[in-house]
Amino acid sequence: MEKANADKYVQLEHVDMTFHTKKGTFNALKGINLNIKEGEFISIIGHSGCGKSTVLNLIAGLLQPSEGLLFCAGREIAGPGPERAVVFQNHSLLPWLTCFENVYLAVERVFSTETKAQLEARTHAAIELVGLSHSSDKRPNEISGGMKQRVGIARALAMEPKVLLLDEPFGALDALTRANLQDELMKIMAKSGCTAVMVTHDVDEAVLLSDRVVMMTNGPSATIGEILEVNLPRPRARLELAEDKEYNHLRSEVLRFLYERHAKKSA
Amino acid sequence: MTNTTVNKIMPTAKSFSLSSLNTQAYRFFRWVLPPIFGLFLLVVIWALISEKTPELPGPIKTWASAVELFSDPFYDHGINDKGVGWNILASLQRVGLGFGLAALIGIPLGFIIGRFEFISRMTAPVISLLRPVSPLAWLPIGLLVFKAANPAAIWVIFISAVWPMIINTAVGVGKVPQDYMNVAKVLNLSEWKIVTKILFPFVLPYMMTGVRLSIGVAWLVIVAAEMLTGGVGIGFWVWDEWNNLNVEHIIIAIFVVGIVGLLLELILTQIAKRFSYE
Ligand SMILES: Nc1ncnc2c1ncn2[C@@H]1O[C@H](COP(=O)(O)OP(=O)(O)O)[C@@H](O)[C@H]1O
Ligand SMILES: [Mg+2]
Repeated sequence: MEKANADKYVQLEHVDMTFHTKKGTFNALKGINLNIKEGEFISIIGHSGCGKSTVLNLIAGLLQPSEGLLFCAGREIAGPGPERAVVFQNHSLLPWLTCFENVYLAVERVFSTETKAQLEARTHAAIELVGLSHSSDKRPNEISGGMKQRVGIARALAMEPKVLLLDEPFGALDALTRANLQDELMKIMAKSGCTAVMVTHDVDEAVLLSDRVVMMTNGPSATIGEILEVNLPRPRARLELAEDKEYNHLRSEVLRFLYERHAKKSA
Repeated sequence: MTNTTVNKIMPTAKSFSLSSLNTQAYRFFRWVLPPIFGLFLLVVIWALISEKTPELPGPIKTWASAVELFSDPFYDHGINDKGVGWNILASLQRVGLGFGLAALIGIPLGFIIGRFEFISRMTAPVISLLRPVSPLAWLPIGLLVFKAANPAAIWVIFISAVWPMIINTAVGVGKVPQDYMNVAKVLNLSEWKIVTKILFPFVLPYMMTGVRLSIGVAWLVIVAAEMLTGGVGIGFWVWDEWNNLNVEHIIIAIFVVGIVGLLLELILTQIAKRFSYE
């Protein structure tokens, strides 16, 4: 079953997800089909609770689909793997470890054949990439929210993943910090060339960063409503795009999807 | 030389300024005065009751007896007549042994119960059944099995100290955030790394709560256990003084037990603070 194909690097085929809880069963996702190209940056956008994180966790291998199949590089996704790194919504750094130790924990496992010096060099390099060398010996509660999220990104990148999965990575940050980190993420992704899937509920973030924006309908039984191609040239500059016609058109397309066709009934 | 003198004078000069005098007074009224007042009231009530009950010695008489007693706490006149210091040490040793064994078994067991649902369900009825049993009810079993008083007393301490450690550790493991476990899964950490880098640091504060509760219970129980088993120990000492009708010594023993318990608690609270990562 050789499916390794640059156009179908990550594949979701007829994926359904039903949760069995004490209150009964809940069908979160129904009939998700998606092919992600190698090196592509995909955003998943949708209203809160529609199942974005569930899609990401399925790709990460943290959840198993009730129906359907998921593939990465031609192999079925059976569980988490080092080629798929995750940046979690709330950074999920271990508070009793320093930034360095948090990243080292990931590096140590993935590159278990290397010497300690090599592992430390990798860790330092990853922390430097996100501009945090000066804070590498601090604990997470001694640094700001933006810095924590940077460490989370460093931890994921240090594993040298093929696919980077980001779950609302900047959701909890203030607008300025968020813009900064978005710009840096764009640079890092351009350099590393790895495939990325990012969950977001921020329209500007989705359009600015992505090659394609996947728009999800509301749950239960949420699915992919539409996929929007973003053919803006890279590197993208936030200020220039603000007045760009194409950018604003794409932006309003997403807004129309979210607030006209699939408006969430006020809770 | 002049420099150090200046440095020494500076803070003294400061502490006499009006505002800092005010905060010192405030602290005194808020933190120092009420406890002193409370203890004073206790002594007054005790004095009043002893006025009405001639058999009960008052504070002054007890104090005099305590001074005499503690002037030579470590005398040794044979098996049944040792200084109060020896008795305290003997009790502490039993508590230490029983409590140490309880930690050695209770904490790992708590981890296992917290980590594996099957084992948790398996042990739940056993724990619920045995935990409410009064520790002293285990003494006959101990005497029967060990055929000696000292191991039986240690056994009673063990059985009373083990529950808080098992339960608190297991509760802590159950509270480990799903986020951390997801990190462990995504990073594909080994079970050893999960235990040492995630579970243990997270559970430590819960564990320390269990340890503190345990030592409290252990110290409560030792006095009662020693009254029954005899030998050397603060509990037996109380019983012995009751037989001698030396009521001052019984009251002194009550204070000694209270103070030692308080010290144990304080030491463990300090240790717990050390281990907290917050
Ligand atoms: N483990 C779970 N058990 C039961 N229901 C779940 C579970 N995870 C998610 N859900 C439900 O699935 C839906 C989608 O959740 P999620 O993917 O977290 O949404 P989003 O990330 O888009 O906000 C929600 O209604 C949520 O309550
Ligand atoms: Mg989510």
